[in-house]
Amino acid sequence: MSTEARKPPTQIALRIRRVLGGKAGWNGVAVQFAFAAILGWIAYEIVSNARANLENQHIAAGFGFLRNNAGFDVNQTLIPYTGSDTFLRVFVVGLLNTIIVSVIGIVFSTVLGFIVALCRLSPNWLLSRVGEIYVELIRNLPLLFQILFWYLAVLAALPNPRQSISLLGLAFISNRGLVVPSPIGEPGLTPFLVMLGLGIIGSLALRSYSRRALFQRGQVIRIWPYVLSLLVGLPLAAMLAFGVPFIFELPQLKGFNFAGGSRIIPEFVALTLALSTYTAAFIAEIVRAGILSVHKGQMEAGASLGLSRGTTLRLIVVPQAMRVIVPPLTNQYLNLTKNSSLAVAIGYPDLVSVFAGTSLSQTGQAIEIIAMTMGVYLLISLVTSAIMSVYGWRISRSLGA
Amino acid sequence: MTDITASSFVRQDLVGERPAPVKTTGFVGLLRTRLFNSPTNILLTIVGALLLWFTIVPSVRFLLVDAVWTGNDRTACIGENAAGACWPYIQAKFPQLMYGFYPEAERWRVNLTFFLAAALLLPLLIPRLPAKGLNAGLFFFAFPVVAFFLLRGGGITGFGLSWTAGLLQLFDDSILNAGGALLNLSKSSAIGPLLWIIGQLIVLIGTAIQWLIFPLTGLRDQLQGTGQSVWADFAITTVVVSLIAFFLGGGIRSGWRALASSIATFAAIAIVIKLMGLDHGGFPIVETSLWGGLLVTLVVSVTGIVTSLPIGIALALGRRSTIPLIRIFSIAFIEFWRGVPLITVLFFATYMLPLFLPGNFSVDGLVRALIGIALFTGAYQAENVRGGLAAIPRGQGEAAAALGLSWWKTTSLIVLPQALRHVIPNLVNSFISLFKDTSLVSIVALFDLLGSLRASFADPKWSTPTTLFTGFAFAGIIYFIFCFGMSRYSLFVERRLNAHRRN
Repeated sequence: MSTEARKPPTQIALRIRRVLGGKAGWNGVAVQFAFAAILGWIAYEIVSNARANLENQHIAAGFGFLRNNAGFDVNQTLIPYTGSDTFLRVFVVGLLNTIIVSVIGIVFSTVLGFIVALCRLSPNWLLSRVGEIYVELIRNLPLLFQILFWYLAVLAALPNPRQSISLLGLAFISNRGLVVPSPIGEPGLTPFLVMLGLGIIGSLALRSYSRRALFQRGQVIRIWPYVLSLLVGLPLAAMLAFGVPFIFELPQLKGFNFAGGSRIIPEFVALTLALSTYTAAFIAEIVRAGILSVHKGQMEAGASLGLSRGTTLRLIVVPQAMRVIVPPLTNQYLNLTKNSSLAVAIGYPDLVSVFAGTSLSQTGQAIEIIAMTMGVYLLISLVTSAIMSVYGWRISRSLGA
Repeated sequence: MTDITASSFVRQDLVGERPAPVKTTGFVGLLRTRLFNSPTNILLTIVGALLLWFTIVPSVRFLLVDAVWTGNDRTACIGENAAGACWPYIQAKFPQLMYGFYPEAERWRVNLTFFLAAALLLPLLIPRLPAKGLNAGLFFFAFPVVAFFLLRGGGITGFGLSWTAGLLQLFDDSILNAGGALLNLSKSSAIGPLLWIIGQLIVLIGTAIQWLIFPLTGLRDQLQGTGQSVWADFAITTVVVSLIAFFLGGGIRSGWRALASSIATFAAIAIVIKLMGLDHGGFPIVETSLWGGLLVTLVVSVTGIVTSLPIGIALALGRRSTIPLIRIFSIAFIEFWRGVPLITVLFFATYMLPLFLPGNFSVDGLVRALIGIALFTGAYQAENVRGGLAAIPRGQGEAAAALGLSWWKTTSLIVLPQALRHVIPNLVNSFISLFKDTSLVSIVALFDLLGSLRASFADPKWSTPTTLFTGFAFAGIIYFIFCFGMSRYSLFVERRLNAHRRN
């Protein structure tokens, strides 16, 4: 006597259940429908309310306003801009200003962060205390507080342009900002840049060739003399052949202000200072944690293989520390970019300040403008996190996990 | 027999004493081993000492030695004495920096709120003290409500019954509106009949709900007519909620405990209502536009802390949910708020949110900022909580399932308590950044500590060369005390949690 095999459940129903409810089954389907209904209801409320409110305020929805004349000036522009340009151009100007302050802030904060991290790791007791004080002080004060401090208190306390502080006679700091020599292109600029580019490409090619030779044939090729000659020699030859690529125009004090040179507005100086010192404190902690995360046996193993201290650091410790450092470091870069939006508090013309601030108050197109502004930041952070997940995937692959 | 001593060397006298080893402990040892042990280190020590000399000494001189301590206006801080901090300016501006423009006669309410918060928070932070559940409940649920009525003032006109009825009616009106809109649309649309059917269906549902909730709304209207509407409503709510608790708790068999705690809760609520006179108007209303200074900073950060945690837990659970729509929604929500700067969130809450609400429904400026901050911080807390959830071994959930616990019981009794305990340091770190980020509300025209400070700089009565530095020093010390205290506390908890991992 044998029991009959149970029939498998109907596959189509199972599949439908799976598609609609995931692993949670019919319960999941019910919850999903309820959730979708609530979301739909909220969306309906938002859209109908927004439409009614916009009608009451006589504002036309849509992105047509971007082609209207802006009619206000911006005190720092990387591309030519006048008051008669469109709001779209204002958007681009603001975006470029955001990018420039972020990039410069990232460079400075990385340098300062590594220095502070080295201070904190130093065997010297006093220096490590100094690093610790710096980190604790900076991390426990709000960024906006620091920006306002630099802008309102420190920069405003600087002397006026006539008594400005001179740095080697090249740059001048005053309460009107920083005046630096500005480079002016000469006819020799184009060949110089071309040769520089060729040099960079050539050295990259050399590097990949030598690495392949090392990995496949075990052959060690010394490439640094060639790289040096490529990077320095080619542009130098171009300079000799076509003349000086650019000259610096030095700022001169004339009357009450400076003539010549380029002026960096005080808002930019304050924002860069605050952003880089603030982020440097966080970067210092990340770098310190990364270096401490490498087991000290690694260093000893390197020494027992006969590697010098520098080689051990370069080939064994730093690559392993970098694996721990890079993801949170990128996060800090992202934070710095997002924090640069605090520029609005001191009037530096970044994206939020000129677009979500001035343009919004002039046009009243709140929905479109804020959506665009948020979209830009969202795009930056999503792209960065996508790159980071690729990086994480490569790391885990190279670990052979 | 050979003489051993002749062929091999045997020492005949004692070895001379070696000098004592260099001291490596204590202050001198520290000097020797960590400061002056090599030329490089000596150089570094000198650099460090110079750095400290040029920062600490001028700061101390500015804040204490050269400071001006008494005076009535700017003349005290000008001239000979201009080198140091101008503390009379802080004295004069102290009320503004603490309370903003909160009316002077009502400031005891603010102080009482601060005192209540401290009295509830401190026992919660000390691990040794008992009754954490009750304490947390009071701080996270009772305190915000009490603080609201204390700080803002005003009373209530109804209780649970009226609120439920009002909410349901709002929901029903919206459904009827949507149905009506669809019916209107169906007249001019290509797929008119389909829209008409859906519209009719929605209207039908709306009408049905209207009939269903009619007993509630009718009762509410009856109560509004009587003089003692709050207390009648309160009594009905107490009876209904207590009965529900009784039956959910297991009826006659085991529901007595639930019944008792429900009645006790309502008794406490009644006492609070009576004490604060909420049934007949409560305290005089102080508009939030008058609030300012440290009060706003603390209100924003405490509200952010209290509201962001439930939002974060819900989002983290949603992100791990097996139901696709909820998971996708949670991921999108979290990534969206984490991807944009807080200042754009505040702009969103200030300029965009009012457009999304019904025209007759205006939201206070402070509340709008609070909504923005709660959503923003909630997304960050969700990622923290998710880290804790991921750290709980699968076996815990499986064991709970084997015991026959439902998903809710598994989550609330087994998984969440462990997960949250894991991530307390991360949560506290988020609270520190939240506290620092509250300074951003000064950009959307709220006067928090930093905003009040900036406003006080504009006073010509106190414009001296040292005013700015004094103000920043004062505000900086306040911010530093709060943030540093929180970060030390998180270190303390972290060490406690990892106690088993030491050695």
